[in-house]
Amino acid sequence: MSTLEKIYIPKDFASDQQIKWCPGCGDYSILKQMQAILPETGLLKEKIVFISGIGCSSRFPYYMETFGLHGIHGRAPAIATGVKLARPDLSVWIITGDGDGLSIGGNHTIHLLRRNLDVNVLLFNNEIYGLTKGQYSPTSNLGLRTKSSPTGTIDRPFNLLSLVLGAGAGFVARAMDRDPKHLREMLLRAQQYKGTSFLEIYQNCNIFNDGAFEVFTEKDSKADHTLFLEHQVPLIFGSQKQRGIYLDGLHPRLVSLKDGYYHSSDLWIHDETDQVKADLLTRFFDASGQEEFPRPFGVFYREERPVYDVLFHDQITEAQKNKPISLDALISGANTWKI
Amino acid sequence: MKKILEQVTILFAGNSGDGIQFLGSQFTQTSAALGNDISTLPDFPAEIRAPQGTVAGISGFQIHFGSVEISSPGDLCDVLVVMNAAALKKHIPFLKKGGIIIANTMGFSLKNIQLASYPKEANPLKELSDYSVHEINILGQAREILKDTNLSKKDQDMSKNMFALGFIYCLYSRPLGYTEDFLKQKFQRKPELLSANLKVLRAGYNFGETSEIFTERFVVKPADMPSGIYRNITGNQALVIGLTSAAMRAHLKLFYSGYPITPASDLLHYFSSYKNLGVKSFQAEDEIAAITSAIGASYAGDLGITGTSGPGMALKQEGLGLAFMLELPLVIINVQRGGPSTGLPTKTEQSDLLQALYGRNGEAPIPVLAPRSPSHAFEMGFRAAKMAIEHMTPVILLSDGYLANGSEPWRFPKSNQLEAIYPPYPKENDTESYLPYRRDQKGARKWVFPGKAGYEHRIGSLEKKDETGEVSYDAKNHERMVHLRQAKIDYIQKELPLQTLDSGGRPGKLLILSWGSTYGTIRAAMKVLLSEGYAVAHVHIEYLYPLAKGLEVLLGDFEKVLVPELNNGQLVRLIRDQFLVDVISLPKIQGMPFTTSEICDKARELLV
Repeated sequence: MSTLEKIYIPKDFASDQQIKWCPGCGDYSILKQMQAILPETGLLKEKIVFISGIGCSSRFPYYMETFGLHGIHGRAPAIATGVKLARPDLSVWIITGDGDGLSIGGNHTIHLLRRNLDVNVLLFNNEIYGLTKGQYSPTSNLGLRTKSSPTGTIDRPFNLLSLVLGAGAGFVARAMDRDPKHLREMLLRAQQYKGTSFLEIYQNCNIFNDGAFEVFTEKDSKADHTLFLEHQVPLIFGSQKQRGIYLDGLHPRLVSLKDGYYHSSDLWIHDETDQVKADLLTRFFDASGQEEFPRPFGVFYREERPVYDVLFHDQITEAQKNKPISLDALISGANTWKI
Repeated sequence: MKKILEQVTILFAGNSGDGIQFLGSQFTQTSAALGNDISTLPDFPAEIRAPQGTVAGISGFQIHFGSVEISSPGDLCDVLVVMNAAALKKHIPFLKKGGIIIANTMGFSLKNIQLASYPKEANPLKELSDYSVHEINILGQAREILKDTNLSKKDQDMSKNMFALGFIYCLYSRPLGYTEDFLKQKFQRKPELLSANLKVLRAGYNFGETSEIFTERFVVKPADMPSGIYRNITGNQALVIGLTSAAMRAHLKLFYSGYPITPASDLLHYFSSYKNLGVKSFQAEDEIAAITSAIGASYAGDLGITGTSGPGMALKQEGLGLAFMLELPLVIINVQRGGPSTGLPTKTEQSDLLQALYGRNGEAPIPVLAPRSPSHAFEMGFRAAKMAIEHMTPVILLSDGYLANGSEPWRFPKSNQLEAIYPPYPKENDTESYLPYRRDQKGARKWVFPGKAGYEHRIGSLEKKDETGEVSYDAKNHERMVHLRQAKIDYIQKELPLQTLDSGGRPGKLLILSWGSTYGTIRAAMKVLLSEGYAVAHVHIEYLYPLAKGLEVLLGDFEKVLVPELNNGQLVRLIRDQFLVDVISLPKIQGMPFTTSEICDKARELLV
């Protein structure tokens, strides 16, 4: 597909529908970056399908000038599975949120990941239920006060990427709405991956959970609290690139590169294909806050794995080749008699 | 000496694991090949291997065969073949007075008698003066025959069903050839097992000839059936083949998505074995994924189908609403079982009619069809798919546990005799006038799937504006859309065959009105009632929603209308609601089909 000339500009992917997200919503940025990268992919408009469940994020398909299906709550992965198995030539994008994809649709999400269908999952995580006006979600921080948790939540949130990795995902990445360039890069990486690519996107809900990711997105704190992963590059972060992560056995340690004791060559070198390391990286989620581990962004893990839709159709092709049968033979079965 | 019989019902019963279903299917195939008309009904326990020797663990297989038309598995049986005491205890109420019992004596040990919960000192076989009891050491003889082989004791014991089969073949003058050929196929690579099974089968037959247990043998001549080529088929098989035929006739790929559930799992098994016909089958993570993935497949241009049973149907209802709102073709099979909740998983019932009709939120009318017999499921499967495709709607097929597993001979069609199916594709290069929710004269929208350049559009579960399909919350538009969707389903009635009488004449005193799997029993009951001279008629409904035209006129021609149903009176409500006719309900909720005499007794009571 990359051999195709660029035949579209981003505007070609904007539908004629009025966008009804709240002004200032992080969804706008994600929509814009998606429209920006699609011309880069060489994909034909008619071959692209956006499939969503229910929630603010799930309105996304209406705004894309491609094929789109706005489904029911939580079921986008299952609907997308049917679409992809019917038409493996389509580029299928699942748009979901933390409530849609992890609560009501959690089961479909994990099964999609273990099967490794060649589709892309974009989970807009705003750590809140927006469309129903502000209840806590499966990713809300412990203690968060919301309309349904006036005295603070007592539900421990999912460590999402750890869950995703545990479910067998072959491509795991994180991006944020406020870093458009990195988001575009991650969208392209997700699209290029053959298999289920899972991209978590931190998305600010400025109405019901404003500032949930502030520390990662705002200029003055971002550098010290985020870690941008790059394949084969040491884990370095901080406003002056002064901090790094050293791997002590299986224990990540925060170290300073300033006191002369550690050099960048001592640090943990990111390897996108190392599942053990990817697992440790997802654990930074739990650690952050206490030990000031930065929140990783970028591709945590990728692995070439057999793709479900390919295996699925291979079995059919094989059966058709090895044991061909006519419809009449199916109807008559093996045992007939004449009267 | 041979005695000619018109029809016979035999019930085989033993431990689940004794090979009773195999025995039954062999007897069925042989009898079918001889030209008998047949109806069969297996009865298995809900547990895979409930404790051996207990009543809960008994597996049964009933076959009704004859030289006359056979439309049900029979009420009471003429012959009961039991492998142990529990099998006797469970099934003795279903044996005719004076009927024959063939009992495997080793299954009546003290332990077996206790396991069957008979009193300690009882000898159940000695207390059956109303019956003709024949005690045969089936297991012991099988062991004796195989004692010099290298077979394990387990394999030796497994062959006892072949002894019983051989014996019954002899008693009913059936040849061994069919089963011999079948065994040769089955044990192609296991010569030891083949030779053992053949030996025991023949020994059973010879024992029937040489022992003087029966002074006479029986003959059941071929039935007078229309000439043609036949096969034996169960309801589940017929549904799968009918739906596959429809997809191929429409030049569509079939996508079946299911989640294991009794008694619908065979649908998934059969579909998954037809990969060589290009059939796509998918085992989903749950019932909801099963229906929504099928919706996704239909959206992308395959014929999406999902199947389940009662509780699974409940889980699929939101998905049904989505398919209805998206106006996509979809076939949903509910192989009904005893409910509510988990209920009676292996027993039959018709108690999901109201769920099928009214189970969804909002105004969401969906056509409902029900096959009347195992082989009829082929036609109804085909019709359901044709309706779904041509009218762009989900269609519900209501089968049940009895139809699913029951079997009968089927004079099958050639594929080129099947009706054509016309998917409502858009005209080529008509992107200018295309609107996702613009309708044809039937009220159906065009089926445009991803991949078609210039037709890019979005559809969804929210209410949509007429024609454009854009999201709309406009009050008047919503009402209009509800009416348009209803009109589309109502239109289907125009294409249905006129409702006719199945038997009997009009006008008359009593009309028996039925739907689904009760057809065969009621047809058998009608023969009895008509022969007794009653002014009775039978109407059988295949299209429950929309109802076929002509039903109201028929209802008006009778003084009374009786509705026998395997539920607490569900069709009754529909008829009262639609026609203001105060029909009489005959409910049965025992997980078992009606018996002919139950229908006859009630009819006679009303005809006095």
